Formats: sequence, structure tokens, C-alpha cells
Amino acid sequence: MSSGPTQNRAGGAKHLRAALGLLALLLLGFATANAVEPNERLANPALEARARAISSQLRCLVCQNESIDESAAGLAHDIRIFVRERLVAGETDKQVVQDVVNRYGTFVLLDPPVQPATYVLWYGPPALLLVGLLATVIWVRQRHARPAAEPPLSTDERQRLDGLLRESDG
Amino acid sequence: MKRLFYLLPLAAFLVVAGYFMISLRAGPDVHELPSAMLNKPAPEFDLASLSGGEKLDLDALKGHPFIVNFFASWCVPCRIEHPVLMRLSQQNHLPLYGIAYKDRPEDTKKLLDKYGDPFRLVGLDQSGNVGLNFGVYGVPETYVIDATGRIRRRFVGPLTAETVNKELLPLLKQLDKS
Repeated sequence: MSSGPTQNRAGGAKHLRAALGLLALLLLGFATANAVEPNERLANPALEARARAISSQLRCLVCQNESIDESAAGLAHDIRIFVRERLVAGETDKQVVQDVVNRYGTFVLLDPPVQPATYVLWYGPPALLLVGLLATVIWVRQRHARPAAEPPLSTDERQRLDGLLRESDG
Repeated sequence: MKRLFYLLPLAAFLVVAGYFMISLRAGPDVHELPSAMLNKPAPEFDLASLSGGEKLDLDALKGHPFIVNFFASWCVPCRIEHPVLMRLSQQNHLPLYGIAYKDRPEDTKKLLDKYGDPFRLVGLDQSGNVGLNFGVYGVPETYVIDATGRIRRRFVGPLTAETVNKELLPLLKQLDKS
């Protein structure tokens, strides 16, 4: 009977350890999550590493918010194979990316290039910030300028004010 | 100056309303991706055909404008598009060529036997390589190619009677003249 609580505690520790183990596994899963299938990988580790780096910059056009490295879509698979074929053929990373852009347009690049069509994207936020800053500066200046602009009290007003002050002192 | 500040919410509202008006308007999907291949020479292809005879060869097709349709038996929107393609070939007698994208030949054949074959010739792109060279990102996609072999227009998704009448037919008429 008296062993009950001890057993419970031991059980609790076991559960905790199991839970932590599961959590670690889960996190490990996230860290290495990708859709590259074993049969897609290149035997040459240096080329494979380059292929992975290129794939992570290319958008999967079917899912649109994943890179082809992460996507399990059929098209992503085809482009992964295409990238590897080009690398094996001896192209540089830049050439491979350009090959894909020539076919699918700059939209495949997850990092959009600076060009007339993306000026609003790149320069819009800083421009808005600048407008905001300017508006703030103007507003603050106007607020500071206002008291000085007010005319001084006339003799009448001064007498009334003195009267009021005396009343409240009284 | 101060009055202008009161107009700010109105200006913000107009921007948002304008965005919704463009997005909700019926017509071409604004999210349709522009083709990077537009006005560029169509990528070379020389595909085995479904009939097993003459190959589907780009060079052989040059000389007059034609239409290439990427389709597949596993593609649901293609079924929606099929009657439109049938009309194009039977009523308008357009030079329509099909490329079966990542499909098993026997499945392609079954599809065309069942619903009719609108194509003059069907090429088999089982690996999807030709699709990749065209920048196909989903089936169906339809390309209008001029007599010199340049891509003049891409239609993403199923062709409708409206896109055919308003865009495809006028474009072909114009290409035929030039």
C-alpha cells in the first residue's frame, strides 16, 4: 500500500521521459523536413548539397508557398530532378537557376529580384515609412509652433484673469 | 491641412475597395501566372505519338499557326474542357495538337475513345520533360504557336466558350492573316 505514491512518481517520470523523447523526435522531424526522396539524391555529396541549396530558393508553382525542396507535389519532384540533371551536366548554380527562370518566370524565385515589376514591393514599405516620418515631423513642428503664435492677453483679459485668481485665492 | 487628415480613412477605403473590385470582377484570374515563354520560340519536341505512326515534331508543325493542348486522363478540369476542344476541331477545324502530360498511353487512349478525339495528333510526354520546357505548371494548359514556332499565348486551366470566342479565335484569325 505504502508503495503506491512512489510507484506513481516513478510512473510519472517515465511518462515525462517518454513525452520529452517524443517531443525531441518531433522537433528533429521539423528540422529535417523535406520532400527529397532517396532515389532523387545524387551520389556526389557536394553536388547534392548544391542541388539542395538551389531547390530551397525555388518556389513550387503548385503549392506556391513552399520551396520545391519542401514540396511533395509532382511538379516539384520534376524540377528537383531537372536541377540535378543540370548540375551533373556541369552547369553553375546561376545557370541552373536561370534555366528554371527561363521556363517558369521570376515568380519561381522565392527571393524576388529587384526589377520594375517589383519596385513597389521593394521600395513601397521604405517609401511609406518616409511619408510617415515626414508627416510626424510636420505635425510635431506645428504643435510646437502654435503657443508662440497666440497673441498676448489684452489689458481687459489680464484684469479679468487677475480677478479670477484673487477669487480662488480668497 | 487638418481637413486632409480626415480624408485619410476614405482614401484607405478606396484603396481596399479598388483591390476587391479588381479581384472579384468576373474575367481572367488575376492570379494566373504570366508565361515566361511568351513570344519566345517554343521549346523543341519530337514525341512518339499515341497512334504509333507519325511523330509529333515541332519542326513539322511550323509553317502555319497551331494550338498545343497539354492534357491528361487523370486531370479533372480537362474533362470540363473536352467539349470545347471537340467544338474547336469539329466546327472551327482548328489545327489542334495534344500532348498527353505524364499519362499512361493506354489511359490516354481510353479517354479519347470514350469522349472523342479532338486532336490531329497526340504526342506522349510520359516523363513530363516537354511540359517542363514549356513551363507547364498544371494541366490543362493551351498554347497558341505561330507559323515561325513562337509561343503567342498561353491559357492556363480549361478553355471556356468565352475565352475561345473572345481571345483564341480572334488571335488565330490575326495570325492567319499575317
